[in-house]
Amino acid sequence: MTDVTSQAPSPAQSGPAQSLGFYAIWAVCILGVILLPLIFTSGGSHTTFSLIGIAIIFALSYNILLGQTGLLSFGHAVYYGLGGFLAVHGMNAIVAHELPVPLPFVPLIGGFAGLVFALVIGWVSTQRAGTVFAMISLGVGELVASSSLILRSFFGGEAGITTNRTDLPTIFGLSFGPQIQVYYLIAFWLVISAIGMYALTRTPLGRMCNAVRDNPERVQFIGYDPHVVRYLAFCFAGFFAGIAGALAAINFEIANAAYLGAVQSGVVLFAAFIGGVSYFFGPILGAIVVTMLQLELADITSVWQLYFGIIFIGIVMFAPGGIASLLMMHRPLLRAGTLPMVLPSYLIAIVPTLLFACGVILGIEVLGAYSQGSADSTTIRLFRIPFEAASPMTWLAAVVLTIGGFFVARMTWRGIAGAWDRAAMAARERGYLS
Amino acid sequence: MRRFLTAAAVALPMLGFGAGAMAQETVKIGYIDPLSGGGASVGEVGLKTFQYLADQINADGGILGKKVEIVPFDNKTNPQESLIQAQKAADAGIRYITQGNGSAVAAALSGFVTKHNSRNPGKEMLYLNYAAVDPVLTNAKCSYWHFRWDANSDIKMEALTNYIKGVPSIKKVYLINQDYSFGQSVRSEARKMLAAKRPDIKIVGDELHPLLKITDFSPYIAKIKASGADSVVTGNWGQDIALLLKAAADAGLKVNWYTYYSGGAGGPTAIKQAGLDHQVFQITEGIPNAGHKSAVDFEKAFREKTHLSLWYPRAVNQMRMFKAAAEKAKSLDPVKVAAALEGMEIEVLDGGKGTMRKDDHQFLQPIYISSFGSLTDKEPFDEEGTGWGWKLVAKIDTAQATLPTTCKMKRP
Amino acid sequence: MLELIVISTLNGVLFGMLLFLLSSGLTVIFSMMGVLNFAHASFYMLGAFFGYQLTKWIGFWPALIFAPLLVSLIGMAVERYGLRQTHKHGHVAELLLTFGLAFAIEQVVQMIWGKLPMDYRVPAILDFPAFTIFSTNYPAYKMFMLLISVAIFIALLVTLKRTRVGLIVQAALTHPNMVAHLGHNVGRVFMLVFGVGTALAAVAGVIAGPALVTQSDMAALLGPILFVVIVVGGLGSLPGAFVASLLIGLIQTFAVSMNGSLASLFGPLDPSIGPSLLTDIWNVTIAQIAPILPYVLLVLVLIVRPMGLMGTRES
Repeated sequence: MTDVTSQAPSPAQSGPAQSLGFYAIWAVCILGVILLPLIFTSGGSHTTFSLIGIAIIFALSYNILLGQTGLLSFGHAVYYGLGGFLAVHGMNAIVAHELPVPLPFVPLIGGFAGLVFALVIGWVSTQRAGTVFAMISLGVGELVASSSLILRSFFGGEAGITTNRTDLPTIFGLSFGPQIQVYYLIAFWLVISAIGMYALTRTPLGRMCNAVRDNPERVQFIGYDPHVVRYLAFCFAGFFAGIAGALAAINFEIANAAYLGAVQSGVVLFAAFIGGVSYFFGPILGAIVVTMLQLELADITSVWQLYFGIIFIGIVMFAPGGIASLLMMHRPLLRAGTLPMVLPSYLIAIVPTLLFACGVILGIEVLGAYSQGSADSTTIRLFRIPFEAASPMTWLAAVVLTIGGFFVARMTWRGIAGAWDRAAMAARERGYLS
Repeated sequence: MRRFLTAAAVALPMLGFGAGAMAQETVKIGYIDPLSGGGASVGEVGLKTFQYLADQINADGGILGKKVEIVPFDNKTNPQESLIQAQKAADAGIRYITQGNGSAVAAALSGFVTKHNSRNPGKEMLYLNYAAVDPVLTNAKCSYWHFRWDANSDIKMEALTNYIKGVPSIKKVYLINQDYSFGQSVRSEARKMLAAKRPDIKIVGDELHPLLKITDFSPYIAKIKASGADSVVTGNWGQDIALLLKAAADAGLKVNWYTYYSGGAGGPTAIKQAGLDHQVFQITEGIPNAGHKSAVDFEKAFREKTHLSLWYPRAVNQMRMFKAAAEKAKSLDPVKVAAALEGMEIEVLDGGKGTMRKDDHQFLQPIYISSFGSLTDKEPFDEEGTGWGWKLVAKIDTAQATLPTTCKMKRP
Repeated sequence: MLELIVISTLNGVLFGMLLFLLSSGLTVIFSMMGVLNFAHASFYMLGAFFGYQLTKWIGFWPALIFAPLLVSLIGMAVERYGLRQTHKHGHVAELLLTFGLAFAIEQVVQMIWGKLPMDYRVPAILDFPAFTIFSTNYPAYKMFMLLISVAIFIALLVTLKRTRVGLIVQAALTHPNMVAHLGHNVGRVFMLVFGVGTALAAVAGVIAGPALVTQSDMAALLGPILFVVIVVGGLGSLPGAFVASLLIGLIQTFAVSMNGSLASLFGPLDPSIGPSLLTDIWNVTIAQIAPILPYVLLVLVLIVRPMGLMGTRES
């Protein structure tokens, strides 16, 4: 985890071509954010993009804790949720007192709410890292979530507090009623926050966070207080989580106890980890994947939770660095030009691996349909092909695919490992891999 | 076989797209309720009920010649998730949504359709609420686009207290409720109505406990016992009612339980386990053993097909009324259906008249009080295979189960 | 008053012992392997469901033996093929693995047994009131639970502190290489420890199943409170978990029996203020906040004494 971070490209130190490439990546991403809703124009995709944007900010803010500073938090949703609640209260107050504050500035309310609560809670909870911090965050998370049901006048009980974003003063003639306008509002804040958080990792504070994560004792020796460093990181994380929460509140026009709960905290942990905590762009990938899974998986299968668990276990076991580090593994090979040595083995492996996956999916679905018990619905549809769950042929197919697929796939995986070794060797000879 | 599957697997990412583009050959009703997670046991029963009702309507030729299709959306009992699912439904061209589990979800959805309809004229959606009972939905926060078929919790309390008025043996009442808006409204209405109708009844305890967090109710039972109550009124549902009754039976507490939701999933099993024969009462808008001929036939056919007992007689009323309203309006446009539904009167499943009140879109109907326990020959239906079932105790007529509303309806 | 105190104490002890039964396995795993097992409550749930199923087939008492054995087999498989692979990536990865596992187990249980509560009953031989105090019955089954908890506590304590097996196990945690050099198979030691830990959870499940509700969400319901118990008691300390269980059980039951609020202490607020945050706080009763008191305790203990009540190290 440590050494990969230090390998990340630093524009200041590398040559002009590299620095150009660095800015090009950002420019392409921003352009993508702008163009995406113009390509996919359905209302559903605008909603999806909005949710992904919010999830990205939230996941990036979480990674200030987990990835940068090594703090595992089980209660990050507290700052997200409080940001959301304050934003809704703020919006209602703006409407009630006819204040001249247009909607695009509301996320700042959320950000500062997150910051203030992080300032208060952070000081005691960041005194120690590791399990102690994790457990305090769990406790605080439960406390805040439970009090949201008791302190009804502020949190609105379990129904939450609603607002209407179109009642706020308009700016540039935008009412923010249509989803596309809300998307661009979120996209605006996404770009600002992402640049801000990236810049943070480049500051001395960002570097001290990494140092505190890796070796707090040595940080102390050179005269820094790890507690203060953790505290500052915690406050920044709270601020950006608050912005994400406020954007969610604007998007849904409601804030309720679910914003603060353990589920929300768990989802952001999933997103950051699946994406990969050791790279800045890891949580971005993770947020996209997890949001899409949340939105789509439940529509495709009723046992989505099982797949969610399996995917997560698979990532933890086989790619503990997340998707990002899987991708970044190929970077030196790409530079050395030895990537083509690996690709054929990937192509060979993909067929049996997919077959194996199909077998597992078929097995799960058959079991799921069979166990749900109602006699009339044992026909399951997988990839639009109907299967009869009760038929032995289906069971046989599932077993054969799973077991056969696994053994064949394992052989091809070994092939990948071999090809990888050769490619890495060649890359090393050319001086791209130490 | 293998090659076939791989080819199909490549097509996997295509799934989920293009579904909304299909022409409106059917009337789609989006069913937004939990289908996974803790609330799923209840959500699935509702889904099967609605699918059964849709099949019935389709067998009779559908609505205005179109087939009814129930499209399930999993909201995981989470208001935000519900809003996403409602948006999905809107994008798929679905104009009617129905939901029932959780007043928080209901409030969010009611707000959603109201805002959606004002921002998207010509694409209005209608929200048919079959079970969320928070009174606020048809009072302070009422919406023209929301219709409710269940009696709200205040109306149920009105019916219950009208029954209690005639039972002099009830002298000391203990209130125990979940600490959230529904539990609180049960508690405050019980206090208010009992004080008005039976000033001699003493409220010997008034407890609020956190929602779905208690694993051991014996301390609460100890308190009830110490108070000397003869009756307990509770709005608890889910495991909160099951564990409460179990703890009561363990401690040997002998009181009568007046409940809203002891008939929910697992409730009958828990009552049977605890051996509380005809000590647990429930307030509902219909019971299987009420003896109304057509309802008995319906129940029999329903159980045969779905292996469930009919929890939601109101869903039957809702779907029948939806069909009648569409036929009256001669259109499936939600705006016209909504206009037709206002003030509409029908014969409810268990017999008697029910009206969709125009002022607040609350359905007014007779309410039943029943007790759970061993059955005689006159009561053919048991619950959850326990051999015990619901027995009619009292029927409260519509006039006795009505409350005024504070709703100031904003009509489009 | 006396009645309420006596009964609350009894109830508190009973509840506390149930908590201990659940957290003992968790704390054993943690003390030996340093793994915070998020799926522990899921193993407890598996125990309850296996117990229910086996009770139907072979009766309660055999189920009490075999269900934990089955669950411990699953637990050992998880250790052997999951945790051991993940160990090299650090504790966070291990913890997240169990996190994912909890998700998967819940769904598998739902697939097999459905989502409705099971009709899992107290065995007839224990289905009678053990004694009556202040006209409140105490079921024999609860006494049985109490007995099992105490027995497990003593057995674990003796095994760990007084036997050779316990010594090897403890040494394997701090000095795995040394223990391996002495000829012990460290991997197998860890696997067995994990098996024992999950078996303990399963015992709790088999026993608690009939007393509570056996349903597919029972794991999610109890998960967080177990962490409170073992963290407050001191991570990895068995006596600590015992004390913390009792403490939390008692605090919660006593809080429930109290109706006091700021309003009852100082008189109601001026109604003209209207509903606000202040009136919410003013009117909330101690009974209402009883279930969140453990979390208050958790945060306070960690701030004041991060190693927990009887712990010796911080993490």
